Amino acid sequence: MEKIRYERPVIKKLNTGVMNKYGTRTEYTPVTNIDGARVKDLISEFGSPLFVMSEQTIRKTYKDAVRAFTTRYPKVQFAWSYKTHYNNAICSVFHQEGSWSEVVSGFEYNKALLNGVPGNKIIFNGPDKTDDDLILAINNESMIHIDHLDELYRIIELTDELKKRPKVAIRVNMDTGVYPMWDRFGFNYESGQAWDAINKIILTNKMDLIGLHTHIGTFMLTPSAYAVAATKLLDLAFHIKSKFGKNITYIDMGGGFASRNTLKGSYLMGADSVPTFDDYAEAICSALLNSEYSKEDLPLLILESGRSLVDEAGFLLGTVLANKRLSDGRKATIMDFGVNILFTSFWYEHKISPAQEFSHYTEDSVIYGPLCMNIDVIRENITLPPMKKGDNVVVHTVGAYNMTQWMQFIAMRPNIVMIDMDGKPHLIRKKETLEYMNSLEITPEYLKDFKL
Amino acid sequence: MKIKKNVAISESGFIFNPTTGDSFSTNPIGLEIIRMLKDDKSKDEIRKSILSKYITDESTFEKDYYDFVMMLQTNQVADDSE
Ligand SMILES: Cc1ncc(COP(=O)(O)O)c(C=O)c1O
Repeated sequence: MEKIRYERPVIKKLNTGVMNKYGTRTEYTPVTNIDGARVKDLISEFGSPLFVMSEQTIRKTYKDAVRAFTTRYPKVQFAWSYKTHYNNAICSVFHQEGSWSEVVSGFEYNKALLNGVPGNKIIFNGPDKTDDDLILAINNESMIHIDHLDELYRIIELTDELKKRPKVAIRVNMDTGVYPMWDRFGFNYESGQAWDAINKIILTNKMDLIGLHTHIGTFMLTPSAYAVAATKLLDLAFHIKSKFGKNITYIDMGGGFASRNTLKGSYLMGADSVPTFDDYAEAICSALLNSEYSKEDLPLLILESGRSLVDEAGFLLGTVLANKRLSDGRKATIMDFGVNILFTSFWYEHKISPAQEFSHYTEDSVIYGPLCMNIDVIRENITLPPMKKGDNVVVHTVGAYNMTQWMQFIAMRPNIVMIDMDGKPHLIRKKETLEYMNSLEITPEYLKDFKL
Repeated sequence: MKIKKNVAISESGFIFNPTTGDSFSTNPIGLEIIRMLKDDKSKDEIRKSILSKYITDESTFEKDYYDFVMMLQTNQVADDSE
């Protein structure tokens, strides 16, 4: 008699009609390939855990976002938020699609330059710009978004030394009805700080104020907050026009659109409940179009969307290391990836699918990472088919921030591959090795000798 | 270890415990094991039967059997009297 496939015996209590904390989710449909590349093949070629990026999904999502805005407003430009995912291959896909770059450090700025982005297509945000960074950005005619008065005064000093007129904008923070308010970046609108900074810039006459910028927060679930923000920026622009007779070239609305992820504690899955690009575009573009601007004078609309453009394109493949039964009877599954490389599991309930066929029986479980740390929890409650050591899983919607905020802690960071438009995988970042890690460290000679 | 006398087991793996009012579902292999326990089969007999039928090994069976039986007891489908 031929033997049949084994599955761990499971028994599960049925809670008829009651919505429990595990919800009614069908996360256990197996995902055996990504854009035509087999999960098992990817793992055997590139190892586990493994980050996989879908070029197709990036391009599709980007085009969708562009469409939502350009069908509503005549002048739109996206600038790729480097911090969200600054792998050069990923940035290059966005640049090929026509995106400028948005950076917040000298490191990111130089990465953009090396990727071939012209200096005048780089937006330089953030509170930390060194003198060297500022000089480079001024010489390259980049858009420098001033964050605080100390920076404003330093730029004024540098213009005297460099004999150049920098192109600048100010970052404005404001009350949009969404809390907490991000008032630590830029100049406040309501208190008059922003208007004050604008006056200083224009009256010292050392630089050109070409734009106004805001970034009101991240994972914003209320599109109307953007309408409020756009209206406040336009109000400043009108004041500039009426007092100084100058037109602002662009309004930069920052990032912050939600990705199709599920925030912890919400019963609805993100994919079903987050606003779409059309919702955000409608709020922002209506505010701009309904203003008193004549069509010719309408400013360029810049968007620095990060997570909403790349989150869905990212997958994390992993492997079951072990199963355990906790003292309260819950099943625990230990994976070979933890919060060290999946930072976003602190705020998202990431969807996890098995990567092989299963029967339709399921178990309620906890998913742990491999770190020797109590905080290493990937999912507190999830319903999955019984999985055994060596089985593979696919974690969804992990493309934003994980591959920049990942930590080299206890284990080294894994490979990243990108599946191209034809389903072919390309290694786009090599996994770290002990040799590489050790090459950064220096042990003083006198410590090298010991007897145990 | 015995499956409680009044526990009802359906063909499709649906289990009902009238004492507690709880109902459960189990997968085919779970149902098979519960049936054998109900028929007073020993652990040895159960092991032989599973190992001859499924692609698995002794230590996997040991581990999973132990866990499954514990869950039957936790859920009061079985009691631990020998
Ligand atoms: C200035 C600025 N722009 C854009 C972004 C991208 O934001 P998101 O990923 O929420 O779209 C950020 C993120 O923090 C930011 O600080």
